[in-house]
Amino acid sequence: MPSGAEFIRQIKSEIDEVDPSDVKPLVNNGVAIVDVRETDEFVAGHLPGAKHVPRAYLEQRIEGVAPDRSQRVVLYCASGNRSALAAHTLIKDLGYENVQSMTGGYTLWKDRGYDVVVPRSLSPEQRERYSRHLLVPEVGLEGQMKLLDAKVLCLGAGGLGSPIALYLAAAGVGTLGIVDDDVVDLSNLQRQVIHTTAGIGTPKVDSAEAAVKDLNPDVNVVKYQTRLDASNIMEIIEGYDVIVDGVDNFPTRYLLNDASVRLGIPVVSAAILGFEGQLSVFAPHDGPCYRCLFPVPPPAELAPSCGANGVLGVLPGTMGLLQATEVIKLITGSGTPLIGRLLMYDALDATTTELKVRRDPECPICSRDPEDISDDEMGVFPDYEAFCAAAG
Amino acid sequence: MATVRIPPVLRPSVGGEREVSADGANVGEVLDSLASAHPDTRGQLFGEGGELNRYVNVYLNDEDVRVLDGLDTTVSEGDTLVILPAMAGGS
Repeated sequence: MPSGAEFIRQIKSEIDEVDPSDVKPLVNNGVAIVDVRETDEFVAGHLPGAKHVPRAYLEQRIEGVAPDRSQRVVLYCASGNRSALAAHTLIKDLGYENVQSMTGGYTLWKDRGYDVVVPRSLSPEQRERYSRHLLVPEVGLEGQMKLLDAKVLCLGAGGLGSPIALYLAAAGVGTLGIVDDDVVDLSNLQRQVIHTTAGIGTPKVDSAEAAVKDLNPDVNVVKYQTRLDASNIMEIIEGYDVIVDGVDNFPTRYLLNDASVRLGIPVVSAAILGFEGQLSVFAPHDGPCYRCLFPVPPPAELAPSCGANGVLGVLPGTMGLLQATEVIKLITGSGTPLIGRLLMYDALDATTTELKVRRDPECPICSRDPEDISDDEMGVFPDYEAFCAAAG
Repeated sequence: MATVRIPPVLRPSVGGEREVSADGANVGEVLDSLASAHPDTRGQLFGEGGELNRYVNVYLNDEDVRVLDGLDTTVSEGDTLVILPAMAGGS
């Protein structure tokens, strides 16, 4: 039998190798450049635009980065041995037709002074905490970094806000703003699972912050113990990447819509009553806004609140977690968000119904270019309380 | 005969039913026969001039009738009309 060194020499004689100087012009040029090293080596630095497929997962994952067996693929490792073995596998076992291994690997590339990318990386503790995210390609390291960089504003720390805040915190959303002016009441605890019996009487923002910090100290909580109104909304929501709407009244929903359209912030919106929920994502100018869907609020007798009419305690959990899912999809850019669609969930029937939501070309808010709205108009809102009272 | 899905806020007006059947060749006729069978729904669906209230969205299957032909939209046997009022509950 040959020695290990003889075996690698033999393998190299059966494949094509390419010098780093010939790989340099291929960077970000449509050629699949694949780093076959281990994860800790990759995150310490890699070629720009390189895809990471550890050699141990080569056969399982190569099609994810190079689906076409006739496309050109350049593999590299630290010094050129592992990539030679990997190239041999792709050619002989998987039928790839145009594969090369980079001579001298990442070490030689770096010695030549060529560009490298040193990605931000997770601490060992974060790597453990988010390991189940790192294992799904739709999130992965890149998606987890986006989550850690994300700023999400949660309107309300009640029925919907409780599961939203808990799961977004668990997912590692870096900044979580929470707006709520209420205090924890015994009757909240049937559904508002972020709060505790011991917390009755304390402000919901404080109670929610304590639960979030207990769950994940990575999360920076920004508390707003206030009600959103025309005077404070622009200041509060500006700078957030996504807003999660779980507010319990129409005036605030319209106010939020107008402000978020002006600032271009997507809103993941849900409403619940009894055993039924509605969910949609309003992404300004990419899809309809809340006013496109509901041009005017209903009169009071057709708009009962949960407080007056009751709600199955589990329902805000279900709907809130669907909202949290949409938030994570928007941040990581994975999947198809619920933009231009409205999902209705009927818990008693265990059915979902999806409706199309169209942009209204004459929408009084989102049909206008926010740039065209004058400074005088910005931040000035009609009196929505009176508007809704009049409608009722 | 079309199926009309009744939202929670209108159910007290139809004896608690989640779905009712109603006849009509177009959306307006189906809603009118619903309102005739369950008079309490008329004021909630229609304004004084007989037009659909703006705060009530009606979908033929999954499409908003406002982007179809409104109340004149043809309804076929087996179609489902969904009545969707805005909801704001969150707490």
